[in-house]
Amino acid sequence: MQYLNPCISIIKRELMSYFSTTIAYLFLIISLILFGVLTFYIGRFYERGQADLEVFFFFHPWVYLILIPAVSMRIWAEEHKHGTIELIMTLAIPSWVFVVGKFIASWLFVLLALVLTFPMWITVNYLGSPDNSVIFTSYLGSFLMSGSLLAMGSAISASTKNQIIALILAMIISFFTILISTPDIWDFFSYQEDNFILNNWMVSSIMSIGILPHYQNFSRGLIVLNDVIYFLSFIIFSLVANIVLLNTKKPA
Amino acid sequence: MLIVNNLHKSFKKKDILQDINFSLEEGEVLGFIGPNGAGKTTTMRILTGFLNPSSGNVSIMGYDVETQKEQAQRDIGYLPEGAPLYGEMTVKQFLLFIANIRNLYGIDATNALNNVLSQFNLIEVQNQIIETLSKGYKRRVAFAQAMLHNPKILILDEPTDGLDPNQKYEVHSLIKSLSKDKIIIISTHILEEVKSLCSRVIIINNGTLIADESPSILKKRSRYYNCLKVTLAYLSVDTQMLNQLSQNIPKNIELEISYDNSLLFISKSKDSIYKDVEEFLISKNLKAEKVTSEDVKLDEVFRQLTYSK
Repeated sequence: MQYLNPCISIIKRELMSYFSTTIAYLFLIISLILFGVLTFYIGRFYERGQADLEVFFFFHPWVYLILIPAVSMRIWAEEHKHGTIELIMTLAIPSWVFVVGKFIASWLFVLLALVLTFPMWITVNYLGSPDNSVIFTSYLGSFLMSGSLLAMGSAISASTKNQIIALILAMIISFFTILISTPDIWDFFSYQEDNFILNNWMVSSIMSIGILPHYQNFSRGLIVLNDVIYFLSFIIFSLVANIVLLNTKKPA
Repeated sequence: MLIVNNLHKSFKKKDILQDINFSLEEGEVLGFIGPNGAGKTTTMRILTGFLNPSSGNVSIMGYDVETQKEQAQRDIGYLPEGAPLYGEMTVKQFLLFIANIRNLYGIDATNALNNVLSQFNLIEVQNQIIETLSKGYKRRVAFAQAMLHNPKILILDEPTDGLDPNQKYEVHSLIKSLSKDKIIIISTHILEEVKSLCSRVIIINNGTLIADESPSILKKRSRYYNCLKVTLAYLSVDTQMLNQLSQNIPKNIELEISYDNSLLFISKSKDSIYKDVEEFLISKNLKAEKVTSEDVKLDEVFRQLTYSK
């Protein structure tokens, strides 16, 4: 508990630093526009004639694919670039406190972006009577998914001082973490049980690493304990990787 | 007490530091000098626990920097190379943030903040965004950050780099005033700084320690230690004359022409040669207009020890 106060200071500083530039506001506006365009135009929200947010939540993984790496890229790459990493790693506090603090700050920032989509919720409630419990679990699933991608992006950011590399790497890896569990990608690699290097159970265990099926349960209104554990362990694993990368990736 | 024991660091199979040994006690100010790339910054990074040594160990007030990192770091104030700061914060916000991470809160944090603000003359810029400050102010903020928790050991990587002479003077007097009950390590390129500030000098070259002594002893290594410069009345010295005089000179003295065409009497044994020179001048019937003892430049010693073509 002795690290609770420093951790809160780190979260505050990070959030302050997000909003010290226009980039944070730009990010929030772009994410709202993206959600809106995808839901109303591509998702044909009105034409469907249903008062629910199914299409809205359907697009979340794809919006995150672009937006989350944009948030996570700076988390550590910036500290490396400005040399402040040397400052914060010598302040008599274990590095995990910074890793956790920075992660929570970025997660709160994305939570704000999610909260700002509340007009969607008001709209469907105005137009009809949606199942609000499904909407709630969908939001929860989306929030957990964003946390997983953020933690992974943060670990990637710790491995480089170049923000652009951090961005692109995070996008590629996120893309596969989301896609790996869809049958389409295995079709793309022309997967067939008898002529593929991996056998069936290997493929199915790789598929279960993917994020999508776990998120889909939430957007159907189900809170499955397995899914919650999946996301939480995804986050913890990524943060541990982040700490290890921080401690090994140092200049001479 | 700071003890460095058999420190060795290699990076990508290249040896950066080899066999570094020294220890420091309260009240000592150590000047840590060496050419660029000699391993100064790496040593400081190991002392502060930012990097782990490949072998050997560092003990800070009895705590091992590698295995008891947090306890050891509590006693250290560190100004890293280039004075890194969070540019988007104000001076006050930044210093309070560091104080909080150092586990100072409430009244303790405010006291620590006010102390360093006045110590480093930062009161009038405390609400300015760090990015907008001049280089001198930025360095002072970074220095102030290292002093917030009143550490027993101060490790300063080029504390006066980029400061104007007045600011340098301020930093020097600050370091002097702090030095009584602290261990201070300064890395620098400015050797005059070492002379006026440090009680001890360590020179490091290619990752090995090549000198560890007080500045006054270090001076003795100079070829020009205790040398005398004699400006002759009515006569300008040329090479021919030099050769002539050299033949009859006492064995412990060597002759050279200085940059302003005077005679330089160099003491080979480093002992005082005043008497010998006087007798020599009389015996040669030479009249001296001015005799000065040349002050040894530490730069000269530094070059002598570290320069290799």
